[in-house]
This record gives sequence, structure tokens and C-alpha cells, in this order.
Amino acid sequence: MPILTVEQAINQALHEEMQRDPRVLVMGEGVAKSRASLLHSFGAQRVRNTPLAEAVISGTAVGAAASGLRPVIDLLFAPFLTYAMDALVNSAGKLRYLSGGQHEFPLVTLSMTGAGWCVGAQHNHNLEAMFVHAPGLKVVMPSTPADFKGLLKTAIRDNNPVLLFTDIGLLHQAGEVSDDTEFLVPLGKAAVPRIGSDVTLVSYAKTVGICLEAAQQLRETGISAEVIDLRSLKPLDEEAVLRSVRKTGRLVIVHEASGLCGMAAEIAALAASRAFDALLAPVVRLTGPDAPVGASWALEQASVPTSAAVVQAVREMLPRTAHAAEKPLTELA
Amino acid sequence: MNTLSNSPLLERQPRLHGLYTMMLIRAYEERLALLQQNGAPGTCTSVGQEACAVGVISTLDWRDRIITNHRSAAHLLARGADPQRLMAEVLGRADGYCGGHSGSLHISVRELGVVLTSTIVGGGLSLAPGVALAQRMGQGEEGGVVVVFFGDGAACEGILHESLNLAVQWQLPLLFVCENNQWQAYVHRLETMADDAIYRWACGHGLETQRIDGNDVDAVSAAARQSVAAIRADGRPRFLELLTYRQRGHLEPDDLAYVDHAERERWLKRDPLVLMRERLRAEGVLQDNDLAAMQQQVSQRIDAAQNFAESSAWPDPQQLLQHVYA
Ligand SMILES: Cc1ncc(C[n+]2csc(CCOP(=O)(O)OP(=O)(O)O)c2C)c(N)n1
Ligand SMILES: [Mg+2]
Repeated sequence: MPILTVEQAINQALHEEMQRDPRVLVMGEGVAKSRASLLHSFGAQRVRNTPLAEAVISGTAVGAAASGLRPVIDLLFAPFLTYAMDALVNSAGKLRYLSGGQHEFPLVTLSMTGAGWCVGAQHNHNLEAMFVHAPGLKVVMPSTPADFKGLLKTAIRDNNPVLLFTDIGLLHQAGEVSDDTEFLVPLGKAAVPRIGSDVTLVSYAKTVGICLEAAQQLRETGISAEVIDLRSLKPLDEEAVLRSVRKTGRLVIVHEASGLCGMAAEIAALAASRAFDALLAPVVRLTGPDAPVGASWALEQASVPTSAAVVQAVREMLPRTAHAAEKPLTELA
Repeated sequence: MNTLSNSPLLERQPRLHGLYTMMLIRAYEERLALLQQNGAPGTCTSVGQEACAVGVISTLDWRDRIITNHRSAAHLLARGADPQRLMAEVLGRADGYCGGHSGSLHISVRELGVVLTSTIVGGGLSLAPGVALAQRMGQGEEGGVVVVFFGDGAACEGILHESLNLAVQWQLPLLFVCENNQWQAYVHRLETMADDAIYRWACGHGLETQRIDGNDVDAVSAAARQSVAAIRADGRPRFLELLTYRQRGHLEPDDLAYVDHAERERWLKRDPLVLMRERLRAEGVLQDNDLAAMQQQVSQRIDAAQNFAESSAWPDPQQLLQHVYA
């Protein structure tokens, strides 16, 4: 299979979907330059540089989506979404419902966030949970090039507004990506990149890699961790989380976004309400702090969960249930 | 306000001092661009726009407040910021003006009156009326004026019109300064705006506007002096569009692959430092030995800034939660 970076996978998905469906268009500040190959293939009618004006870029996308087009808008960095919030939250998320189901809003927003570039909190703010909170919107935040491609293609074909967040730290990460133009990854389906039996590590985006590293380190000390990559935050694959927690009895949720009212809180509530009997230890959340991200490398690094912290959290939750750890895995399953 | 140089020559000659400040800004930015080729965090340099910053800010006094944006170094240095602490901030070090929290994109220095720097394009435009309102309602020093710097790209954000309308309607002591540098990141401004002139957009809101050659520091300071005096006199907002050119990339490092080089060459021929230097020479105000002395002092200060910044400590990660809430 071809090897692509995340950035290339996104472009390939856009290319294939624009090829497949003439209603798909891409708009945003400088997209005709940053995605020059799309401009070359599809022309300036469908690859539109916009003025610096997120409110009207998103509003235009919402209006166009309701009227027969399928826009993809590139809003560059997640904090700039706050300018776009009215159109996305109040219009795209609500006007279908408020009109009694008369409209559909097939649109996708792209934006980047996350540590790795040292540019500070007005470019790096993981605010995906804000949009999970808004009815009518779907949110995806993949971790592999293949999932970026497959989820973006599905998002473009979906008849609802979908926000796709790209973790900056993943942009140049490479991996195998199918070149089948019908390669799709469904929204609302988690991946299990590592199977294990003692503890479930739930994450998404860049911190999936941190969980995989931690799982590897834990393996060396005889602890078997299962890693779940949510990929899609809304719809959320509740069954994948519950199935794993019922198997392992322990749950650690890891993300870079701050913890308060974040995805980890949602997952913890899910486990508490629907897998309470299976829990052998209190659920642990490892998240970014309730603070804007500092630009300094030292501050930026300090605000990201590390694999060492995951390993430590898992070790701390195990002694309480040492008896359980001694049981054969089959009994726990 | 001038902490820049103790040289009696520069003190006697404000225009020489202006040239010196432009040279300092240029050298500071070029040094940072060099550091960024070796992996320091990126910055948006003000190279080519020094006359805008120096022309406007040289007409202000200690009562006045400045709001800037992602391209702030020229404004800060013109206001007397210390290049050492600025550079330390860009490198994310503890001795930076914001303790490394800001990095290059949101540096504010309240003690210098450079308040509320936002890198959100148009962010400053949304805040400026409030700063001016507080001034008007007695929170600042009597007669103080607020100056908001923003780009031609920011002028495309709808907030410009909201800000202008409110400032006019509430009669706020606010000077809008649009540095029209032809570029909006990687897109030429003519690709995004139907009208060629931003000042005409402001005209419709009913305030006095001027369009000035932003590469001519004398012209900028004359217009700014007149505008600031008018604002002090009647408390109403004014608008300046300064035509200039961003000589380097949007964010360092940048290969300028997308740039129309013929246009760039035309602007380079009108480099603001060269224009001012040659004018002062022709007038007999600037002697070659003075220029050499100024250049030497600038180099020394930039070397010192780099040494200071690079030897400054990283912020303590324990400070992660400091300054989140008051
Ligand atoms: C709301 C928002 N949109 C986009 C950006 C990314 N961005 C930063 S600076 C810039 C260009 C701004 O152009 P202009 O206002 O003309 O200022 P200049 O960079 O030319 O000084 C862009 C697109 C941002 N920081 N904020
Ligand atoms: Mg500009």
C-alpha cells in the first residue's frame, strides 16, 4: 500500500471526493496556494481563496450546504473557529432541527491544533469538546494517515456538518493509506490498535501514540494494556469502550485537551453508568491542564500528557487490585 | 519614552533618532530570521514596515496606549522595548516580557503602554474601542489616545466595521492604523478585496481618513502627528491607511515562492530605511561617521540581545498554571 503523510492523505481524500462529486468545493484563506494540486485539477471555481473572514467563510459554507453544494472549509487553526462559531453552532447545528427537518448541511471544516509548533494558545487550543457539546455537529480527530483519509471522505459524503481536527504533531507522520477511491472509515467507529487485558487506554489524535508507547513499556513489566483510538468523538463508539472496560476492569483516558467537561469526562461517565460492575479501580483521566498553552517549548511540552505519566497511572491503579492481576486473563474477560 | 539611545546627537535630532530606531528594528528582525533558519520558533517580521511603526509611535507620548498584533516587533521597539527581553520572549525564555508564555505572537508590555496584543487577526480591532472607552471614562491619563495597528487582511474581517462604527458613534479617542503591506499571509491582498483602498471603507463610517506612503517615515509621522493632535482636541477617532510592503515572508522561515518578484523589486527600491538615510544625507543632517556609529551601536545591541536571550533560562514548568486566573 502507498505510504502517505497525514497532510498528503488529507489532500488525497479531497482530490478523490472532488473528482467523484462536482458539488464538493474547498474554500479558505490561501487554500489555492496551500493545496495547489487541487487548484490545478479542479480550477478556481472549486478551490477558492477567501478573504480573512472566518465568520463569512463558515456562514457561506452553511448557506451553500443548505442549497446543494458540499463545501469543505479550511479554517487553518482551531482557535480561529471561534470566529466561525455562530454559523457552525447556531446555524449548521440548529437550522435543520428548527426548520422541522427541511434542510441538510453537508459541510466539513478542517483545522489544526495541538502541541509541537511553539506558537502559543491562539494557535494551539484543543477545543474539540466545545463542538461535541453543540447539537447537530459531528466531530472527528483521527490519529493515522489512513484514518484521516477514510474519515475525511466519509465526512464529505455525510449530510451533516462534520468538524475534522488535525493534530499538528501528526501532520508529517507517514503510514500506509489505501488508494482505493472507495476506502472509507465510518464515523462513530473506534479502532483498537492494540489488544490487551489488564487495562484500557482510551485516547484520540496524537496521544494515541503516547498510549501505544505506554502500552509497550507496560508490556515489558508484564502488564497488558488495550489501546482504543476513538477517531470519532461524535458519534462516539460507546460499545467499543464498554466492551474493553468490561474485559479489563480498568480505564485510563488520555487527551491533550483540558480535562474539565472534556471527552475524558464523557468516557468516564459512560464507564461509571454502564460498566460500573466491571470496574476494578477508579477511572483515571490524564489530560491537559485548565490553562491556555504557553508558547515556550518548556511550557508547551509540560502541558501534554506523556507516556511516563500513563505508565505511572496504570501502575498506581494495579496494586489496589493485585488479586485481580493474578487471575488468568480468561477469567477477567 | 525614549530609552533607546543616550547619544546627544540622536537626542538633538528626532529624525536621526527615527532612522536609528528603524535600523534597530531591521537588525533585530534580520537576526531573528537568521536564528529561525536554525530552528528557533517562527516569527512574523516587520522588515519593510519600519517607517509605519516609527512614524506613528514617535508622535505618541507616555499617556497613549498601543494595541498591536502578530507583527509587533517594530511597534514594541519603536516604543522603547528592550531587544534583549523581546528576543528572550520569542525564544520562549523566562526573561522574556511575558515569561515565555507568549512567544513571538502576542507580546504585550503594559509598562510601555503596549497593551492587549492578539494574534487573532482582527482581535485588536475588537478590543480597541474598549480600551479607548476606558480612556474616555477617566481610567487613563488625561488626553491619552489609543492607537490600534492592524493589517490589510484584518481589514477584511467584519469586526473592522463594527469597531469603526462604534468608535465613531461613541466618539472614542482611537487612531486606527492600517498597515497595508500588500500581503495577507500567502495571498496577495488584491486577490481578496474588490476595492483597492481600505481607507474608503472607513470613510463610509464618517471619520476622517488619510492614505499615506507608509515607507516615508516623515510622511507617516506628519499624518500621525496631525491625527493624534486632532483626537486629543475633539476626542473622535481617525483612520490612517499606510501603504507599505512586507519584504520578508509571512512567517520565518519562508522561501517567498508565491511572491511576485517584480512587485517586490519595485518596493525594495523604495526601502524605508534607504529612503530616510539618503534624504538625511542629502539634507546634510546625517554624516557618514554618524551612520557608522549608529550601525555599530545597533549591531552591539542585537548581539547583546541574542546573548541575553540564548542564555536566559527556560520557564519552570511548575508555572504552567500561573496567571490563568487573577
Ligand atoms: C482569525 C485569524 N485567521 C487567520 C489567522 C492566520 N494569520 C495570521 S496573520 C495572517 C495574515 C494577516 O494579514 P494582515 O492582517 O494583512 O497582516 P500582516 O500579516 O500582513 O501584517 C493570517 C492569515 C489568524 N491568526 N487569525
Ligand atoms: Mg497584510
